[in-house]
This record gives sequence, structure tokens and C-alpha cells, in this order.
Amino acid sequence: MRRARALTVLTTAVVLGLTPACSLVGSGDDDPTAADTGGAGSSTGAGGTEGATGDGSEVVLVTHESFFLPQKVERAFEQQSGYDLVVRASGDAGSLTNRLVLTQDSPTGDVAFGVDNTFASRALEEGVFAPYAFDAPAGVSDYAVPGDDEQALTAVDNGNVCVNVDETWFAERELEPPASLDDLTDPAYRDLLVVPGATTSSPGLAFLLATIAEYGEDWPDYWADLMDNGAKLVDGWSDAYQTDFTQGGGSGDRPVVVSYDSSPAFTLADDGTSTTRALLDTCFQQVEYVGVLAGAENVAGAEALVRFMTGPEVQAALPESMYVFPVVEGTELPADWAQHAERPTDPYEVDPAEIATERATWLQEWTDVVTR
Amino acid sequence: MRRGLTLLALAALPVAVLAVFFVLPVSGMLARGFVVDGVLDPGAVLEVLGRERVHRVLWFTVWSATVATALSVLLGLPAAFALHRLDFPLRRVVRAALLVPFVLPTVVVGIAFRQLLGEAGPLAFLGLDGSPVAIVAGLVFFNVAVVIRGVGAAWESLDPRPGEAAAALGASPLQVLRTVTLPALRPAIVSSASVVFLFCATAFGVVLTLGGLRYSSVETEIYLLTTNLLDLQAAAALSILQLVAVTALLLVAARLRAVPDPTLARVVPRPRRPRRGDLPQLGATALLLVVVAAPVAVLVSGSLRVDDAWSLGNYRALRTPGEGGALLVPVTDALLTSLRTAVDATWMSLTLGLLVAVVVTRGSRGRAERRVRAALDGFFMLPLGVSAVTLGFGFLITLDSPPLDLRDSPLLVPVAQALVALPLVVRTIAPVLGGVDDRQRQAAASLGAGAWRTVLTVDLPVVWRPLLAAAGFAFAVSLGEFGATSFLAREESPTLPVVIYRLIGSPGAMNYGMALAASVVLAAATAGVMLAVERLRVPSLGAL
Repeated sequence: MRRARALTVLTTAVVLGLTPACSLVGSGDDDPTAADTGGAGSSTGAGGTEGATGDGSEVVLVTHESFFLPQKVERAFEQQSGYDLVVRASGDAGSLTNRLVLTQDSPTGDVAFGVDNTFASRALEEGVFAPYAFDAPAGVSDYAVPGDDEQALTAVDNGNVCVNVDETWFAERELEPPASLDDLTDPAYRDLLVVPGATTSSPGLAFLLATIAEYGEDWPDYWADLMDNGAKLVDGWSDAYQTDFTQGGGSGDRPVVVSYDSSPAFTLADDGTSTTRALLDTCFQQVEYVGVLAGAENVAGAEALVRFMTGPEVQAALPESMYVFPVVEGTELPADWAQHAERPTDPYEVDPAEIATERATWLQEWTDVVTR
Repeated sequence: MRRGLTLLALAALPVAVLAVFFVLPVSGMLARGFVVDGVLDPGAVLEVLGRERVHRVLWFTVWSATVATALSVLLGLPAAFALHRLDFPLRRVVRAALLVPFVLPTVVVGIAFRQLLGEAGPLAFLGLDGSPVAIVAGLVFFNVAVVIRGVGAAWESLDPRPGEAAAALGASPLQVLRTVTLPALRPAIVSSASVVFLFCATAFGVVLTLGGLRYSSVETEIYLLTTNLLDLQAAAALSILQLVAVTALLLVAARLRAVPDPTLARVVPRPRRPRRGDLPQLGATALLLVVVAAPVAVLVSGSLRVDDAWSLGNYRALRTPGEGGALLVPVTDALLTSLRTAVDATWMSLTLGLLVAVVVTRGSRGRAERRVRAALDGFFMLPLGVSAVTLGFGFLITLDSPPLDLRDSPLLVPVAQALVALPLVVRTIAPVLGGVDDRQRQAAASLGAGAWRTVLTVDLPVVWRPLLAAAGFAFAVSLGEFGATSFLAREESPTLPVVIYRLIGSPGAMNYGMALAASVVLAAATAGVMLAVERLRVPSLGAL
């Protein structure tokens, strides 16, 4: 009897103990957004530069999981436009594009950021984006998707996927580092390269496209040589760079890795020089776009965000928040970037339309070659 | 008639939840694959199943999951015995520690394993990096805790007297194990094994990270087809394949699970001091602990390194948003979000799990009723057998209009996690609940006890332990869940695994260090919760 009561008391205690903590269902909305709306809601129409037409309603941005902007910048948008910004971020660029295609009859937001040049054609073909032509700052139109005459997509940032080398490693062995894609199949550089997979990561796909641009139809032969020369294939960028690369976070032992042109800015030694270098003749350019979604509820808000993404606040914040370069001419780069992140002048390119039609075939063929 | 109504009433809530959050989204995605341009075209889907590549993928999935399941059971059984039947110092701590891998984010475990097995690691000489052996090792590392917990909970409430009687009659310990103990544990073993198999067969990150992309499982293939190629026909074909395979597995498991007399003893033995004869089990447990500890040790030591020196800097940084502001919220906030979400997911899955367990274990009258209960039993296991991507995309396209306009609801994350935990909860509670002799309830009723009173005095004392074990499981699943969560988590309130993933994907040595430190915190939080749950146990309750 006594025990039965003890049990009841205990159950009650557990239930009571848990109840106050079950706050997610009720309060998931209040904590983070309360702080934001406090600023934006009250400032409706307070002298926004673009003509603050918002009435305090929401503009919903759908994006990938790498999307990130400092809170200060997001607040600036809310103050200038009068809209509350709601960000829905998940998946990578591919997953984002396909999510947009799948939900185009009832879009999950008003505006989307993060479709890149390898997925742009697919999104345009499917009619995911609504045209929005405006006078973008100088530099933006240089990155327009070929054939996107109605300006459904607006370029926001770009970055290059390049082979990176650990200079200290090569210096210690008095070996000249590789310089080109051809060099990577040279037996002198046997077992030195690590590559993220083309099917599982976006830099991996970019690197595959670089080799397709260079070798045309013979690219499978190049990849066969690359694998024969001991290239190591891993899941994603963090695996390649953080685990296997000699200058990554872990204790890897491969001094050549597929990464970005900005990566050298993150491997500074004590004397202020970078221990790594991007090989500028091995680069494939990635461009990320923003666009108003067809069927958006808040078209005006979406358009305001598209303009804002090419504005000075976002453009200046891009390097340090998303590790990419601004597209708008004259945007100042952080000191480390200006000094250490060298950029290719003539990166490899593949027509987005061709990528859209050939992607499945290429990836299939690539998988066959690398798992042979 | 009344029995039927009671069955219906108890099953209504879980069935409704599963219908909305599982059946609807998944069939939505399948429909997109089968219907092309408004025309039903099952031929194209079936054609996919004839592809040579699909056969290869299927074969790899089946054998790797089978081997990993067998190993998990073999390694888990001795540990389940040692940790649940023997009494030795620190056994609670060991028990909690062995559950840690279960919640670690795959991406982090991948890194830990690869630092051990990789070309520069201490175990490089084994040459396992990128091999199927590494994949199987990773799967076992993740899932052995399921066996220890699931079987251990049943072992704890096993009547020791038949075994003692057999021993007194001259049976050797091995004979006792083979003829008395294992048959009695069979429902629990089969339950745990089938859950482990489902986890292994639908593993995603482990296969890609540890297999060096050389191996594809059905799950990784569906992911590629859905998120990268948007080949919904092929994805639908593979999803159907997954569902059929899972259903077949569940049918087999249900057969194997059935024992002639599952009645549980009400006399629960106290854990006893280890004897000399227990050395093999203790040795196996110690070995398992080492295997589990090695990758975790790599994580811990990595998290304590800053610029090639020992430091707590990575931990101090957890209160910041990372190097160059890589995060929107400090890691500490993400931990709070994780804990809060986990509490929600736990009560949801416990509520549903208890209802399901009661429905599927009550004695049936007649074949039809038994069939219905068995079907329900299998139905609630299905979420484990379906790709998180299919479910995630399914949410987006089906839950988008009133009255089910839920796709942006903050509820989705805990609900999705609760669904993932549900089979574990059911499989932990049901075997024990099924072992309660219905005559006891009848006796209680004839002595004048009401329905609630019967539950309180007959069922609850027996179910109490597995219920706590299940709660711990659900909590752990929720803390570590990444697949569905990353699909649904909203940017302002990411959970800890989502944050870790982001940190590890950001350049900068500090972010990498923080990711490791955050993983250690996640592991420690889990172990802490497990320990607390164990403390809640009331030892004498079982003898009520």
C-alpha cells in the first residue's frame, strides 16, 4: 500500500517536473522572434531607403542550411522594408532546388536564396521563379544565368571550387606542388589528393564539372587515372578538409584537397602568411542566386529582399557569414580575404542548361568510374 | 463488442497521428513517382527495380545490416547480462556510457572513426578506412546500445528460479543459458534485433562517410535520387522496396517473437555480486566498453586541443556564436532547444507507445482480433523503415493546406522525432506488458478493483522499468536525431546536432574544435540524463 502511494507520488513528481519544460510546443515562436519583431514591428515605414511599403507582415525566405547573415543585417532589412524576415533553412543547394520544384503549386515561402548555377536551369525550366527585373548594382548582371532574359534569378555571391595545396608540406619535402588538373594524375603526386564525392557534395560536383570542362568527353578516362593515382574519395567537404587534409582541423595526411578559393584565408600561420594556396587553374565557379517565388504571398516583400541581397549590407557581410565573394563591384573584402584569397581570372565553366540535362548521366557515369 | 470498442478507442490516437504524419506524406511522395503528367504509370517504377544497380544496392543493404545486427546482438547480450543482472561498482555509469554512441551525430562519429582508422590514425595498419568492415563497425557502434537496453530490461525482470532449478538438476551454465534463459528472452532479443536491423538498413551517414562512397545502400540511393536528381520514379520504386522488405522482416520477427508462455515472473531478483563464472560476460562488457570508448576518446582529446596545446578554449567558446560568427545562436542555446525538444518528443512517444503497447499485447479473442492487433503492431514499426528524405519531402507536399497546414509548425520536429522513437518505445514496453498474465487482471477485477486500479496494481509495477528505459531511449533518440530534424529545424532555434553539423562544415580551426566540444557536451548531456533516469528507478517496486 505504502509502495503504491510512493509510486503515485513519484509519477506525479515526474509529470510535474516535465510539464514546465515542455515549452517548445507553446513558446517555440516567442523567444527568438520576439526580439526581432520588437525592432521591426515598431519601425514600420521609418524612412526605409527603398520606400517602406511593408505593413509589418512577414516575408518568408526559403534557403539552404549554409545560409547565414548576421542578426544586425537581418534587422537592417526589417527596418528598411518594414517586413519581418522569417528564414526557413534546410538541406543543401540540390535539396533546396528540388524542394522548390516539388512545392511550386504551394510554395513554402515568398523568396528563395541559394539555387546555384549547377541547379539554376532546372529551377528556371520548371518555372519556380517569377521574373523581377530591377536596376541591380554593377557586377550583378555579369553572373546572370544564360537564357534568363526575364531576370527571374538575381546573382548574390560567387565562389570558386579549386584544388588547394598545403605549401608547408611540399616545402618540407622540397617538392614542387601540382599546378593543374593534369598534374594530379602525375605519379609524383601519388596518394596525395582527397576529393569530396560529386554525388554527395556540392564542391564535389563542381570539381567534376571542372574536369568535364577541361577534358570534354574524355573526362571518365581522366577520373580513372585520378583514382589509379591514389585519389581518396570521401563523403563531403568537411570529411575531406577537416579529416584528411594536412591543414584541416584533424590530423590528416593528404596535402592536396578540393576546397574553395577562399580557404587559404582560414589557414594563417603565426607570421600572418597562409600555409595553403588555391591552384587557380583548377577552379570551377559557383554562383548563388536569389529570386521571387512564383505564387508568393508577399511579392512586394520578396522583391524588397531580392534588392536587399544585392545591397551593401549583405554584400559586405557575405565573406564572413557564408564564405563566399560578393558579386557587386567595389564591395570591400575583409583584410584576410583581400590578402590571402586569390581568385582565378578564368575559371572553368559549363553551360547550366547542359548541366541540367546531363546531370543524371554524368553522376551515374562518375559513380561507375570511381567505384570500379 | 465492447472489447472491439475499447480496442478502437485506445488505438484511435496513435493511428490518427501515424496517418497524418506518416501515411499521408509517404503516400504523397509515392504518388508523385507513380503518376507522371497526370497519368498513372506503374510500369516505369517497376522498370527501375530491374536495374542491375538497384540489385547491387539492395544486396549491400541486406548483408551489411544483417551482419551488423548479428554482431550487435552477440556483443550486446553478455553486456546486457552483466549490466542488468550483476551488481558491481559503477555499473550504472557504464550502462549510461554505453548509450552515448546512440545519440552522437553521424557526422561526428564519422570523423572520430576516420581519425582512428584513417591513413594517419593509430589503427591505420588495419586498412579498414573506406571498407565495408568500417561500415559494419560503425553500425554496431551506434546500435549495440539498443540490444543492451532492450534485452537488459527484460533480463532484469526474468524469474531466476527456472534457471536455478535447472542448475540444481545438473545443467551446466551453458545449458541453462541455452535451454532456459535464451528461450525466455527470445521476444526481447527478436524485438531488439529487428529494431537494430531497421536502424542499420536505413543508416545513411555511416554508409557514406565510412564507406568512402564505394557503397550505396537503399537509403543513400533514395537520398541521391530525391534531393539531387529529383528522379521521383526511381525513388518511389526504392521506397516501395524498402516498405516491402520492412514488412516482410516484421512478419518474420512477429513469428519468432511469439513464445508459448510469455508469462513474466513477479519475483524480480536483486542483482547479485559477480562470481568467477561471470568472467566471460564481464570481459565481453569491458571489451565492448573499449570499442565504444575509443572513438569517443578521440573526440574528447580532439575537443581539448587548441593550436596543438591542451586547452579548454573550445568549451569556453561554446557560449559564443563561433569563429567569425558561424552560428546564429551560441551552442549553449542550441543545447537548451535540444533538451526542450527532447522532453516534448519523449512524452509524445511515450503516450503513443504506451497506447500501442497496450493495444497490441492484450489477449485477443478470436483470430480476426489477433490479426488486427498484429497488423497494428507492425504498422507502428514502419516509420523506421522509410527514408527520412521521403518523409521530409512528403511533409512539404502534403501538409500544406488546412486543416493540415502543419509544414511550418514548430510541432513537426518533436513529432518527427517521436515517430522515430516510437518503435523503440513499443518494442521496449510491449514484450514486458505482453508477459503479464491476464488472469492477474481478472483476479484484481474480481476482487473489486476498477480499471485504473487494475492498471496501477497489476500492469504499472511490471511496466515501470521498461517504461523508464523507453523514456530514456526516446530522449536519447530525440537528442541525437539529425536526418528529419535538419529537414525541419527552423533557423532561429536549431538543435545541437544541427549546430554541430554547421560548425564542422565551416572553415576555421576554432569551429572544428567547437564542433568536437559540442559533441562531447551532447554525449555528456545524454549520459547525464540516462543516469538521472536510472536514479528514478525504485528497486523494490517490482516486488509489489
